[in-house]
Amino acid sequence: MDERKIRVVVAKPGLDGHDRGAKVVARALRDAGMEVIYTGLRQTPEQIVETVLQEDADAVGISILSGAHTFYFTKIINMLREKDAGDIIVFGGGVIPDSDIPALLEAGAGAVFGPGTSTTVCVEWLEEAVAKKRAKE
Amino acid sequence: MDALLEKALGGDIRSIARIISLIENDNPEKDVLLKRIYPMTGNAIVLGITGSPGAGKSTLTDKVIEHFRSQEKKVGVIAVDPSSPFSGGAILADRIRMQRHTGDPGVYIRSMGTRGSLGGLSRGTRESVILLDACGYDVIIIETVGVGQSEVDIIKIADTVCLVLVPGMGDDIQIMKAGIMEIANVFAINKADKPGVDRVAAEVRLMLDLVKERPWVPPVHLTIAENGSGIDELVESIVSHGVFLKNNPDGVRREWRRLAFEVEEILLQHITRMAEKSWNAYKTDEVMEQLLSRKSNPYTVAEDVLSKIIPGTRMV
Repeated sequence: MDERKIRVVVAKPGLDGHDRGAKVVARALRDAGMEVIYTGLRQTPEQIVETVLQEDADAVGISILSGAHTFYFTKIINMLREKDAGDIIVFGGGVIPDSDIPALLEAGAGAVFGPGTSTTVCVEWLEEAVAKKRAKE
Repeated sequence: MDALLEKALGGDIRSIARIISLIENDNPEKDVLLKRIYPMTGNAIVLGITGSPGAGKSTLTDKVIEHFRSQEKKVGVIAVDPSSPFSGGAILADRIRMQRHTGDPGVYIRSMGTRGSLGGLSRGTRESVILLDACGYDVIIIETVGVGQSEVDIIKIADTVCLVLVPGMGDDIQIMKAGIMEIANVFAINKADKPGVDRVAAEVRLMLDLVKERPWVPPVHLTIAENGSGIDELVESIVSHGVFLKNNPDGVRREWRRLAFEVEEILLQHITRMAEKSWNAYKTDEVMEQLLSRKSNPYTVAEDVLSKIIPGTRMV
């Protein structure tokens, strides 16, 4: 009955081929009752943004271990804004130096979770972020 | 809602995606919307692709999309994966195999969780097909969850059902069983480079041969979805099945059944909604206490709830 599930795209942009982290997060979000759309490896920002729009996702989680995080976060956030979809939550994690995180948040990322973050923290943050986003609709 | 619909009909992807979410979430406004767009439908080829988990449905779908795109047809895909019976969450990963079409404006792919449906589809699948049809998609492909023997709801929606089989599934008795084997209009024996493929194909053909004089004999194709082998012939059969349906009394009967089912579905949806509402209003602690202490029983309670919706209802 008119139950809105949280839909999240979990995406792996770029060339790094390690998706264990992305799978752990996807699994945790699934167990929290969310519908997780997994894109698979080596996605371009264009593919990720298009997937997010087609799937009507509330949020997109980006996993990056290659060091190209600043480029991909900024690119995806800007592309979403261009498509009039700046309300969609962008978050992520991977191997991202602490010193780079403020710039990502400044660019519009909702949160960046480093290695070792408990999945509960991530799930609870996302639930709250989606609730806030929906309240504005 | 009207503005959203205008944009969706104009081809705006985000609006289409949003309306599908409203449908999936059983938003009360969706019925009005579907009623409005229904006259615009009936033009699309609706193809169901079903088969066991890992048979290659997504990879095959990817190749079928490619085939129709080469003819400049707009393709919509609804890919269903199972929802968790515990958390209600889901991992929707069919589109991994189709991601190369993301970015092609002529292809729309939507993943869905079953959300408690047991027939191999999800609650919103049928109505999403109506929307995509109205939005001008020429071909709508529904990829079911990986099915076992009896998840056959796809026949209630698709014009043509393609069943994907792989070698190594069991003996010829499995192929003779009722259920999934009966619903195929076209067979794809996939992974045809694996040993045992000829046997499966022979057994399927033999099974089909047991029934004489049927108006449509389901063609059996060997495919290797991975490299595209056999796809052209498969799609050819799918298209000719569509032509067959248009020109044969069987097709009319099928459409008749489908429409009757559609009305049933809508009725059931409404009755379920009413029943849930009525029960939630009736379900006080007192009623539950009475049930727990066995002073009352579930049958009497259900009857009382029903009579609130339709006065005078008594269970026979």
